[in-house]
Amino acid sequence: MSGAVVHRARSAALWRLRSAAAPWLCACCAAGVAGALLLILGYVVREGLGAFSLSFLTELPHPVGVAGGGVGNGIVGSLIIVGLAALMAFPVGTLAGIFLASSGWETLVDLVRYLCDVLASIPSIAIGLFAYSLLVEPFGHFSGFSASFAFAVLMLPLIIRTSEAAMRGVSHEIREAAIALGAREHVATLRFVLPAAWPGVVTGLLLAVARVTGETAPLLFTAFGSQFWELNPANPMAELSLQIFTYAISPYRSWHAQAWAGALLLILSVFALSVLARLFLRRSARS
Amino acid sequence: MFASGAVTVSGSMTVKLACRGLSAYFGQLRALHDINLDIATNSVTAVIGPSGCGKSTLVRCFNRMHEVVGGARVEGQVLLDGEDVYGPGVDAPAVRRRIGMVFQRPTPFPTMTIEENVVAGLSLDGNRLSRTAKERVVERGLRQAALWDEVKDQLGKPGTSLSGGQQQRLCIARALAVEPEVLLLDEPCSQLDPISTARIEELLSELAADYTIVLVTHNMQQAARASNFTAFLLGGKLVEFGETNQIFTNPACRETEDYVTGRFG
Ligand SMILES: Nc1ncnc2c1ncn2[C@@H]1O[C@H](COP(=O)(O)OP(=O)(O)OP(=O)(O)O)[C@@H](O)[C@H]1O
Ligand SMILES: [Mg+2]
Repeated sequence: MSGAVVHRARSAALWRLRSAAAPWLCACCAAGVAGALLLILGYVVREGLGAFSLSFLTELPHPVGVAGGGVGNGIVGSLIIVGLAALMAFPVGTLAGIFLASSGWETLVDLVRYLCDVLASIPSIAIGLFAYSLLVEPFGHFSGFSASFAFAVLMLPLIIRTSEAAMRGVSHEIREAAIALGAREHVATLRFVLPAAWPGVVTGLLLAVARVTGETAPLLFTAFGSQFWELNPANPMAELSLQIFTYAISPYRSWHAQAWAGALLLILSVFALSVLARLFLRRSARS
Repeated sequence: MFASGAVTVSGSMTVKLACRGLSAYFGQLRALHDINLDIATNSVTAVIGPSGCGKSTLVRCFNRMHEVVGGARVEGQVLLDGEDVYGPGVDAPAVRRRIGMVFQRPTPFPTMTIEENVVAGLSLDGNRLSRTAKERVVERGLRQAALWDEVKDQLGKPGTSLSGGQQQRLCIARALAVEPEVLLLDEPCSQLDPISTARIEELLSELAADYTIVLVTHNMQQAARASNFTAFLLGGKLVEFGETNQIFTNPACRETEDYVTGRFG
């Protein structure tokens, strides 16, 4: 009897100890993650800030040995390539997401969702190869557009799933209210549910853009890179992360510094994108 | 008994809405059994009964909202002015424009202003209203829903910025803007405070002059106060239907008496 009481008292003490320790353990892990992030960020800033300047953002790369130079053409190339990719992936992905969220055609919905998951798990370099065999080989030269295509394929599953989730997140009652007013089902979906889901849909797009902005592998044999201000996506194009890659594997110290500065720029833009995505989500939460 | 055979409303009143042998299913589950019911023009008819007895299902059969749920199915007839809304070639959205509906939870469209909410049902075919026509509809709808004085200076604010009771009246205004003939209200006050509830009850008796109203409610006092006729459902069957007075003071069925006196449910 008293043994049981002692045992219970001991396990209670243990329980109390554990529940006191748990928050600390969680805090330590969180601090570890935050610390690692800050360490990486600090290192990139230290290495990259030296080469970071206005001319770095606006100038063409200089030949080895000539000081200065920048990644202006890479930034422009990134904007064009990612922009085109978003232009292709957004309508297709959003419509597919709307279909998944609102179609009653169970088997097709399950199939599309499954294919979407498969697509999301294909390595980006394989998708690059696919774009190469589809859009580079037949034309006989590299092009910015083929990179856009590869990026669009990479963005699709993300956009589809986030837009589906956003559509599903809108309460069923909104849709029913629209139908009860006399709206046809597709009208209810497009004119009433979609606007309510819009912030979530846009957030998905921004996250997808952030995801491909850091991609390099598919670019190696699609955009290929360029030393010039190339604005025509039918030609090989410079791209920021591709330039970072080229600079980083070069044997030159000045190029290494440029690679770090490029990495800093990349991190900052991805960070800006995710902040933007958060702001959008916040807006949707308010309404 | 009342449940068998059609129940007709008394006297000189005309029938606006009627069901004949109406049964409703969710997949295998039969939620309504062979309902026969007449609803008089320009009256308030209350539908009462314990939770899960099929009140919502019944009114959702009236405006063909039942079939929006996957796997749901209807048998029998719902006659609007004598015409079966489930007849061949009848367009469900057209039926829903003639039989408006207000739900339990206020559902203003979240991305729309108060004004846009009121006219939301009017531009569904893509045709645009003129500015003056829109203003007229908005004012008329909001006045009918007894909301105009409270919101006339903030028509551009989001519909969701209103209080729960105001949102529900906004939904009533939105339903009335389409100019339906029948208005179905599915427990419209169950989430509202007593003052908002009284407001809406008062409103219903005014609206009955122009519309035929069906009010689903859990609240016995509300049914007694606000309705002319009462239908009592139990387990998907219509147990009793008659004038509200008679249902509450002199019910014909034992179950009705037990329910309205609060002995169960
Ligand atoms: N979407 C659905 N799918 C399957 N069964 C349903 C669905 N909606 C309702 N039912 C079933 O149909 C029956 C009637 O439900 P209904 O919602 O009409 O009841 P109610 O009288 O409105 O109840 P409450 O007072 O709780 O609103 C219940 O047994 C319920 O479980
Ligand atoms: Mg109900």
